[in-house]
Amino acid sequence: MSQKFRLPAGGRVNRSKLLNFSFDGQQLQGYEGDTLASALLANGVHLIGRSFKYHRPRGFMAAGPEEPNALMQLEKDPYTQPNTRATLQELYEDLEADSQNRWPSLKLDISAVNSLVARALPAGFYYKTFMAPAKMWMTYEKIIRKAAGLGVSPKAPDPDWYDHRHEYPDVLVVGGGPAGLAAALSAGRSGARVILVEQTQEFGGSLLSDNAEIEGAPAQQWIDATLAELQSMPEVQLLNRTTLTHYLDYNYLTAAQHLGDHMKPGTSKGPRQCLWKLRAKRVVLATGAYERPLVFADNDRPGVMMANAIRTFQHRYGVLPGRELVVFTNNDSAYSTAIDAAGTGASVTIVDCRKAAGDIAQSAASGVGIEIILNSAITGVKYSSGLKSVDVMSLNADGTGVQGQPRVINCDLVGSSGGWNPVLNLHSQSKGKLRWMEAEQTYAPGVTASINPSLSAGACNGAFDLADCLDEGFAAGAKAATEAGFEAIAGSVNAVTPTLGVGELRALWVVPCDHPLGQGKKKHFHEFQNDATAADLLLAQREGYVSVEHTKRYTTTGMANDQGKTSNINALGVVAQARGESIPQVGITTFRPPFEPLTFGAIVGQNCKDLFHMVRKTPMHSWAEEQGGVFEDVGDWKRTRYYPRAGEDMHAAVYRECAQVRQSVGMFDGSTLGKIDIQGPDAAWLLNMLYTNAWLKLAPGKCRYGLMLNEHGMVFDDGVTACIAENHYHMTTTTGGAARVLGWIEEWLQTEWPEKKVWCTSVSEQWAVIAINGPKAREVLASLTDIDLDAESFKFMDWRAGKVAGVDARVYRISFTGECAYEINVPARYGRHVWEQVHAAGQPHDIVPYGTETMHVLRAEKGFIIVGQDSDGTMTPHDLAMDWIVSKAKPDFLGKRSHARADITREGRKQLIGLLTDDPQVVLPEGTHIIAEVKPAPPMKMLGHVTSSYMSPNVDGGRSIAMAVLKDGFNRMGESVDLVLLDGTHVTAKVVDPVFVDKEGLRSRS
Amino acid sequence: MLILDCPWCGTRDQSEFHCHGEAHIARPTDTEKMDDKAWGEYVFFRTNPKGIHYERWTHDHGCKRWFNAVRNTATDEFLAFYKPGEKAPAVGSDQ
Repeated sequence: MSQKFRLPAGGRVNRSKLLNFSFDGQQLQGYEGDTLASALLANGVHLIGRSFKYHRPRGFMAAGPEEPNALMQLEKDPYTQPNTRATLQELYEDLEADSQNRWPSLKLDISAVNSLVARALPAGFYYKTFMAPAKMWMTYEKIIRKAAGLGVSPKAPDPDWYDHRHEYPDVLVVGGGPAGLAAALSAGRSGARVILVEQTQEFGGSLLSDNAEIEGAPAQQWIDATLAELQSMPEVQLLNRTTLTHYLDYNYLTAAQHLGDHMKPGTSKGPRQCLWKLRAKRVVLATGAYERPLVFADNDRPGVMMANAIRTFQHRYGVLPGRELVVFTNNDSAYSTAIDAAGTGASVTIVDCRKAAGDIAQSAASGVGIEIILNSAITGVKYSSGLKSVDVMSLNADGTGVQGQPRVINCDLVGSSGGWNPVLNLHSQSKGKLRWMEAEQTYAPGVTASINPSLSAGACNGAFDLADCLDEGFAAGAKAATEAGFEAIAGSVNAVTPTLGVGELRALWVVPCDHPLGQGKKKHFHEFQNDATAADLLLAQREGYVSVEHTKRYTTTGMANDQGKTSNINALGVVAQARGESIPQVGITTFRPPFEPLTFGAIVGQNCKDLFHMVRKTPMHSWAEEQGGVFEDVGDWKRTRYYPRAGEDMHAAVYRECAQVRQSVGMFDGSTLGKIDIQGPDAAWLLNMLYTNAWLKLAPGKCRYGLMLNEHGMVFDDGVTACIAENHYHMTTTTGGAARVLGWIEEWLQTEWPEKKVWCTSVSEQWAVIAINGPKAREVLASLTDIDLDAESFKFMDWRAGKVAGVDARVYRISFTGECAYEINVPARYGRHVWEQVHAAGQPHDIVPYGTETMHVLRAEKGFIIVGQDSDGTMTPHDLAMDWIVSKAKPDFLGKRSHARADITREGRKQLIGLLTDDPQVVLPEGTHIIAEVKPAPPMKMLGHVTSSYMSPNVDGGRSIAMAVLKDGFNRMGESVDLVLLDGTHVTAKVVDPVFVDKEGLRSRS
Repeated sequence: MLILDCPWCGTRDQSEFHCHGEAHIARPTDTEKMDDKAWGEYVFFRTNPKGIHYERWTHDHGCKRWFNAVRNTATDEFLAFYKPGEKAPAVGSDQ
């Protein structure tokens, strides 16, 4: 079998370039210029998959992006791609395709038994059957998914790469058919920056599917001349193999350019796909129209196609996928398919459900010897390892039933046409309204949304005649360019072949057969990809899913990856017919992006692997790396979590670091702390409004701790701020809160207090911070600095400027461990140098570098909170036992008034306390719930939860400590509480003051 | 993705901005004398109209400055942009 359905001549394929490919392991041949679909049809392959729900055999219906059935698994891991639309996939040498959703093989599919019990699978079947018990859904789902598989995902990482481009065209033209080419020409001639995108490899659109002539010559000559002129324009870009996927607000559109998908995977060095992000001044939509299948009995059998798809395969690819063709139509346009096929010598019969066809169509068809059977319908399709025949019966007077005896017509190909639907997807995505075209029984674009200035032209605007298409295209291109600020004149052409239009269409939304709908074995499909039938739509109506949006979801109409391109209008028609209403009365569902499925690769572009997310590193990062430090992510920062020695796990390393800091001295990289430089005559006033305590009298050389509240009165950040000089302060924030705090301050200064003279600058990355903590801290620092460290003059909460390790430094005597501590701030570029000097100077004193985990333990030993860990946005200073920092004297500060609200002062609020487990070796998991009463199973009344919990070497010779929030915790000191762990066991603990070490605070002042 | 006209920088993509909800809510000055209801209105309650909405934006990935915009929430059309402190412009009636 070698391309026996390839016509001897014709088509745009390159017959001198033979390509080998395989389908389900079978070796086949096609030509360059083929799609996978046309190559398979050239070889007589119609059966290409099994349907989603019933596992019925399925074949090609369409020749383009509207194809619902021909989804294939392409290539092997790691390049394998499921759900590849064979009608869009270009053929290349050695292409490997496999059918999907069949087991064990395409021809013998065990799940096709679903067809035999089809009555058990009506609309909403899954909802009804698998609703209860709810916990069984996870089990059902796995089985259902397996039975309804649509290909398999690759298991290996994607070896391809992808890119993004941003462009700002004056005029974006979508669709490279006659209207799109004409629009691009008019707009391009004005000098406007034009981008023309075309989904397939070749420009020409419908002109490639027929034998039209323009200006007395084959249309291809006009296409070639137009492309040549467009290519000569420096401001015009022609993008073929590019699918417009999203039409978003303010004319922001995305288009996926398929740069490598027409080549054997692994053979291209460039990106596989590029996602274009387009911001267009004006958009011209020239997306054409899709033919509508007729909804007749067993219309899903392989070999039943849409009439114009057959014509496309004939003219564009030189393939006529059958020898005996029956064209079933309700309008004149399908006569073109019949006439062109008859011209190749095929036997052709037309079954027309109308009482009469248009004169031109009828005489043209009769003229080439085609039999036309009027007022009749196909009432059955015989399929047995190939299409065998159709049954044709006469329609009754009103078209609601059939009469007489069926006539059997042998055939191997059926082309059906129920009229045409403009491709409205992008117009609909742009929030444009629709208008109903009564004669054509379809929707066309109506009013456009004000934020998305666009024009529709050609068939997608309901202009199906070629001359009209070209005229509308030329006019739209000129109008778009003019609106974009250019002087444009619409182009024109003369003498265009008249198109056989739809003529007088007879809408038979459900074609009757010899059984009532839904009875007997025959099925009338309107939604092929999701396997839904007209009977399902009627069931949905009977069960009360009257809104079209409900009907859509209940029957899954239009919810497959073809976006209902062939099914939506038919579904509306069936529903309208059942209700005796017009389609506009029924309403319409919304088309949603993407127009075609988009790969994750295209969406991600180069923002993956090392470029996935920004990483911030401190000046001492490389030192920690060299020492084998283990890092953790804190916001975008990499922070050293601990410095393990040989054989140590985190627990052991942290335990050692914690003990050593309190015994001798430790050093800590605090560079990630948020830092804001605040200057101006109103700086103190600003601090006084931002923090809960008093700031007006803080003298140069002094530091103060502050809590920041939002207007709800809840704690949202904390930190130490130093007075550098008069009207000059250095504020620190939590690492994660740096940007938030600066934004908060700027919000108030810019919107509420613009008259205040104060300026804030982020200096987080300008300063490296080295914290020395421990009883030996002073001795370590003394060997490196000229600053007088005398404890009486350089007191706790003071700061001094001076040299440290030869570098200008600010040294803050502040402590987050409760030890005697100095935080050395030096310009970031000296960070590693000073760090190394401190490390060397600390050797005689047994200095230990420690990480964030040890820092967390040490501060918890002191009961110091971490905002966001021990507080959660619902905690006031009072809840955190920090009343001492809230000024009663200040007339105002942010959040103050909220503290007088009844909810803030009520009893029963959760309050921060310490917990000591009865078993000192038990470290409570953070988040563990404190419960009122232990019961065998939930629910149990919850009183609070653990916020911080660690093993501490410094409390009672080594034991666990925890901080927690507990309802009325302050009144429960000394009480015993129960906590339930995830495994159901429970632990008892005692409520204590959360300061576990040095309650008097002597060490930090020493 | 919307386009905004930052009154400080000019026209930029929405990805550079952040919206902060309703504009023209002045912080009360004499907070101690307000009753809980009035304070609660200021802290918690915002309008949520379908139609014309005066709202605050920041140009985070630009000048980092605040400004106000008038947007029709039903159509996403911006009707005006203006700096903080400037009088709210009158715009056409809700569509």
